[in-house]
Amino acid sequence: MEVLVAPKHEITWHLACRVDDIPEDGGACALIEGKQIAIYNFTRRGKWYATDNECPHRQQMALSRGMIGSQSDEPKVACPFHKKTFSLQTGQCLNDDSYQINTYSVKIKDGKVYIGI
Amino acid sequence: MNTNKNNRIVVIGNGMVGYKFCEKLIAKQKNGQQFTLTVFGEEPRVAYDRVHLSAYFAGKTAEDLTLAPENWYAENGIQLYLSDPAVDIDRERKEVRSHHGLVVPYDYLILATGSGAFVPPVAGVEKDGVFVYRTIEDLDLIQSYARKARKGAVLGGGLLGLEAAKALLDLGIEETHVVEFATRLMPRQIDDAGSGILQRQLESLGLTIHLSKSTQEITGEDTITGMQFADGSKLDVDMLVISAGIRPRDELAKSAGIDTHPRGGIIVDNFLQTSDPSIFAIGECAVAHHMIYGLVAPGYEMAEVVALQLMGESKEFKPFDMSTKLKLIGTDVASFGNPFAEGADCRTIVYENKAKGVYKRVNISADGRELLGGILVGDAEQYNMLLQTCKNKTILPPNPEDLILGSRGGDDTGAATSVGGIMSLPDDALICSCEAITKATLCHEISQNGHTTIDALKKATKACTGCGGCTPMVKDIIQGVMKQQGIYVRNILCEHFDYTRQELLDLVKINGLKTYGTVLDQFGHGDGCEVCKPAVASILASLWNENILEKGRATIQDSNDRFLANIQKGGTYSVVPRIPGGEITPDKLIVIGQVAKKYGLYTKITGGQRIDLFGAHVSDLPNIWEELIAAGFESGHAYGKSLRTVKSCVGSTWCRYGVQDSVSFAIEVEDRYKGVRSPHKIKSGVSGCIRECAEAQSKDFGIIATEKGWNLYVGGNGGSKPQHAQLLASDVDKETCIRYIDRFLMFYIKTADPLTRTATWLNKLEGGMTYLKAVVLDDVLGIADDLEKEMQLLVDTFKCEWTEVVENPELRKRFTHFVNVPEKKDPTVQFDALRDQKRAKEWA
Repeated sequence: MEVLVAPKHEITWHLACRVDDIPEDGGACALIEGKQIAIYNFTRRGKWYATDNECPHRQQMALSRGMIGSQSDEPKVACPFHKKTFSLQTGQCLNDDSYQINTYSVKIKDGKVYIGI
Repeated sequence: MNTNKNNRIVVIGNGMVGYKFCEKLIAKQKNGQQFTLTVFGEEPRVAYDRVHLSAYFAGKTAEDLTLAPENWYAENGIQLYLSDPAVDIDRERKEVRSHHGLVVPYDYLILATGSGAFVPPVAGVEKDGVFVYRTIEDLDLIQSYARKARKGAVLGGGLLGLEAAKALLDLGIEETHVVEFATRLMPRQIDDAGSGILQRQLESLGLTIHLSKSTQEITGEDTITGMQFADGSKLDVDMLVISAGIRPRDELAKSAGIDTHPRGGIIVDNFLQTSDPSIFAIGECAVAHHMIYGLVAPGYEMAEVVALQLMGESKEFKPFDMSTKLKLIGTDVASFGNPFAEGADCRTIVYENKAKGVYKRVNISADGRELLGGILVGDAEQYNMLLQTCKNKTILPPNPEDLILGSRGGDDTGAATSVGGIMSLPDDALICSCEAITKATLCHEISQNGHTTIDALKKATKACTGCGGCTPMVKDIIQGVMKQQGIYVRNILCEHFDYTRQELLDLVKINGLKTYGTVLDQFGHGDGCEVCKPAVASILASLWNENILEKGRATIQDSNDRFLANIQKGGTYSVVPRIPGGEITPDKLIVIGQVAKKYGLYTKITGGQRIDLFGAHVSDLPNIWEELIAAGFESGHAYGKSLRTVKSCVGSTWCRYGVQDSVSFAIEVEDRYKGVRSPHKIKSGVSGCIRECAEAQSKDFGIIATEKGWNLYVGGNGGSKPQHAQLLASDVDKETCIRYIDRFLMFYIKTADPLTRTATWLNKLEGGMTYLKAVVLDDVLGIADDLEKEMQLLVDTFKCEWTEVVENPELRKRFTHFVNVPEKKDPTVQFDALRDQKRAKEWA
């Protein structure tokens, strides 16, 4: 699999985990450079996504434990706390305009997951 | 730079109406039109929701109440000065000067100065311990003073006064008094009889009400110690909140020479213009149509009228309907139209039920054709329809008493009363009065723009975003429009499945599907979401009872099910081992204590007679359970939509009144249904005699011992809308009782919508209890055997989920916070100390 999200500026790739550390059609959290990153294995689409692990609504480190899915065609994750949902592509909150999370590039190589920050 | 003329607008006041004016002006701004908007606010914070101010004491934060964050103003080019009230208006130079000395020129000036608390001229109001109830700062002062106060009083028994009394109750004041000058509570909104019912309701909650009391003096040296009344009586109090009405803030206008009313308020015409044509006044500082409109909806309408005019359009402010509905300390109170209409032109119909605390009055024109107004206390379910019937002068049915007798005192017999339902209203019927949205607008958004959910309509129109009172009507309109379009309205799961839960359950069963992926492939589309995933997970578990974390099912579970524990504030989890019937040995109690100590957990006895251990890191969960399981515990499924507990009283084994062994039966029932997944959680209780100490009638199914056997009740519910369970079968033996529960539960599991408790399901079930009896007792559908077999399958295949996880390294591995540093715990998890234990840190 190749780079899925084109990098905006100079990014550094960090080894996060092995592919099978992240459940199929689900997410898990990795600690990268002191930052909590949620990584999603969107098996149904054959894609990978990464976002902040923190939900900005109540500052909870929980997005990696959220359910992923789609709204219309937009891939999204729902925070398990109060079900704020965020686009996995843009990080925009889909049911409350005032929230936004960061998204990160993901690269898969030799069964390993790399995150670009 | 601004070169256009007439484009500098200054708003004085950043309250709800001042904010709404800015919002409306920004929204209406057309391309090329450029305003400079400057806002002066006296308070240190941006505009907040004053209507729900008392929610501040019930746990809402100032931020929750904020209408728009501070950066909203900057993003929209609004210059906002807080803590800087305007102190002078120079009308000749058209300039406003602020307290801090800023001078800002204007072309149009909007006065939205609102109102302050009216403090009656009583000696001693300046003493310590006397407060008003108006701003968040007032609330902070009240809150800190209340800590050392035991007795409190509120002066004023109107709408605001009763809100303030609720606040004192919430703050834990032991003795709260309400002192009212008039002969009844809420004299402007409701009549004597309605007020009497309200008074009894409030008294039953611990308020003491004093009517016809004229306060002469507030006694005490520097600090209040009591109140002295004109009739010679006295009341000792430690604090007093004055909430005796509002006083329009017209002092700035007055000193600038703008016409004001002798009794207060800035006089405006139908266009809300003051005596100076460049200056408008809106909200509670304005006197329009000879009155002050002390509600938020007319204030918002005023904001709309002025914003439109500044855009060059013409709109008048018409006399505004002052109908209101509110919940006062848990009691509905509503009045609409002319609540007090009397005399020869009017017939009044009254329904009163003192036992239930319900009072309803409707005033009808002498010819019986029109609804003139009315009052509802204790049950205001019909308010929206009555208000619409009244406002639109809809012709009444031949028996107008049906208007209020449709639901006699809260018996849930359905709200399908009155005149042909919501769709018979005229197009211009105002549905959301906070945002002035008509039925036509909503119908258009639904049918033309496809906004068929409340969320979508909120975004498209702002309906339901103010007080929220119109939400049920908006829901009905959505259903109505869709029905008109010939769409058979079914509660389909979500955008990924065009099936109801019941239909999908049948399809999954017939096709023998066991994973979410296959269900989505065969019967759905898209990638699924947080609505359909747990719904399908529940269906799969109810049908096959396989481990919910296997075969890719972990990631379709809600977070609680995925980690077999309840996620709590801060991201830790709580652990609840099963304690069937609430019976536990001393040895097991000791183990719970040891485990809690070892892992640093907060412990609490739950409402369901078991022990909850809070504050567990996700990575500790398998170790905690390993120890509990070794001591003989198993999962309590507190995290699942499944059987929670079967509460029991001690019964005939110890109790001198008990007629049957309720504990043994409760344990038997809990062991039978434990782990059964259902559309929502299920609770039960078994009482050993008619005294009902296990509160079985508040449960989804409850069992009460009789001299001859057991009575079985179903469909009870605590929660926000409590409901008593109804009798399904009486004096049956244990075996029959279990058979009936099997059938009842399985019928519910197979037919209910997602996240629907048995009470709601039963309320919606066509034919209600009569039909349920026909299915469960008389087997009219011929499915009783199947239901029993399906339940028996679930009982026979029960396995403790936690035992399976503890023994399975693959499943166990998933219980970590960081996949790349499994031994590290989430460093953001923080606790505060609380009464020798700990608690989750408050939301940031």
